[in-house]
Amino acid sequence: MASKIYPDAKSALEGLTFDGMTVMAGGFGLCGIPENLIAALRDTGTTGITAISNNAGVDGFGLGALLNTRQIKKMISSYVGENKEFERQYLSGELELEFNPQGTLAERIRAGGAGIPGFYTATGVGTLVAEGKELKEFNGKTYVLETGLVADLSIVKAWKADERGNLIFRKTARNFNPMMATAGKVCVVEVEEIVPVGSLDPDSIHTPGVYVDRLIQGTFEKRIEQRTVRQRAPETAAAGTEN
Amino acid sequence: MPWTRDDLAMRAAKELKDGFYVNLGIGIPTLVANHIPDGMTVTFQSENGMLGMGPFPYDDEVDPDLINAGKQTITELPETAYFSSSDSFAMIRGGHIDLTILGAMEVAENGDIANWMIPGKLVKGMGGAMDLVAGVKKVVVVMEHANKHGESKVLKACTLPLTGTQVVSLIISTLGVFEVKPDGSGLRLIELAPDVTLEEIAAKTEAAYEVAI
Repeated sequence: MASKIYPDAKSALEGLTFDGMTVMAGGFGLCGIPENLIAALRDTGTTGITAISNNAGVDGFGLGALLNTRQIKKMISSYVGENKEFERQYLSGELELEFNPQGTLAERIRAGGAGIPGFYTATGVGTLVAEGKELKEFNGKTYVLETGLVADLSIVKAWKADERGNLIFRKTARNFNPMMATAGKVCVVEVEEIVPVGSLDPDSIHTPGVYVDRLIQGTFEKRIEQRTVRQRAPETAAAGTEN
Repeated sequence: MPWTRDDLAMRAAKELKDGFYVNLGIGIPTLVANHIPDGMTVTFQSENGMLGMGPFPYDDEVDPDLINAGKQTITELPETAYFSSSDSFAMIRGGHIDLTILGAMEVAENGDIANWMIPGKLVKGMGGAMDLVAGVKKVVVVMEHANKHGESKVLKACTLPLTGTQVVSLIISTLGVFEVKPDGSGLRLIELAPDVTLEEIAAKTEAAYEVAI
């Protein structure tokens, strides 16, 4: 079989991008975002993108980089709090926005990748989110029909991959990445380390390589949105802030 | 004297039970973690994909791959488990989380809650709030009793777009504690903050309630 490994993010996106495409990008805030592939997507100059991502990055970083260049036409997200350029484009009507509850967004992507066109959930019943959608009662409780989501391309960040694209994520950088890997017509993944086949424990694989089409080893800034720390207690005192 | 932010957190902590799995919202609810009764084991869920949240890191422990749902750096504990966003919300939606403590802009006497959007103002999104109120077994609200214009936030009916309908079990406001009757038929006032009188809370509350102190 042909190798899934590409030399860099630019070559990994070759032939995959077109104006008006739908792109899923993993990450929660700036944690676990595919920063190399986002930068490469920006450099392709692709416009009219519908971006499916929990958040919209920050000004100039993450998906914020694609907002600055006006490459995104529409965002499907659950929370877009920390981006001034996003606010400006949205308020001026340049950018469309569809809010999904975070769990509904995650499940729509999971369902899309699993070949499930729709599902019922109680989330959002009786709110704006359910307006215009089919409602159905199960065991006396009302649920709303939500549809599965797929994309032309999903870009994903994992910690390690083997050469066949089996993936392991790290800590809370996993978030939306595993589902998005399943829901792109093509899935391109960036990792911190590509290891030889056989060096990952098969029982520890989070995303099997079947979902992964192209793979690169990236370099990462891993910007932190809210650096929050506590102070060490003086040497003599015992630490007292544990739960 | 109305309850302070820390008093609210302390009162909300009384809703914790040993063995509970709990999701805390942003703001006052995060302070609840500072008031876990001695000898009680409570596991905090962070909806970005973590059970067993530890304290904030020391400066040399900060890890960009380890944040909470407020996007703050955080630490893990020996019992921590990580998972995807879809697993996280399966846990929430599937009724496996015992308690969530959230802030609110408005709560109604039938248990409706509004806490994500003010029409005409910039909307940042609902994040996981709609999933939490729809799926978690018990929803507790902690909030100021009145908004910054002095108007009651405990209402007959919410005026803002809803986050969920008939989902709140308990309202802990700066003036007192209201139970939402399980059948959604109204509120019961069960506690007052120190030196707050029945007259004062009556004057400052739009919703109807029974006094059950």
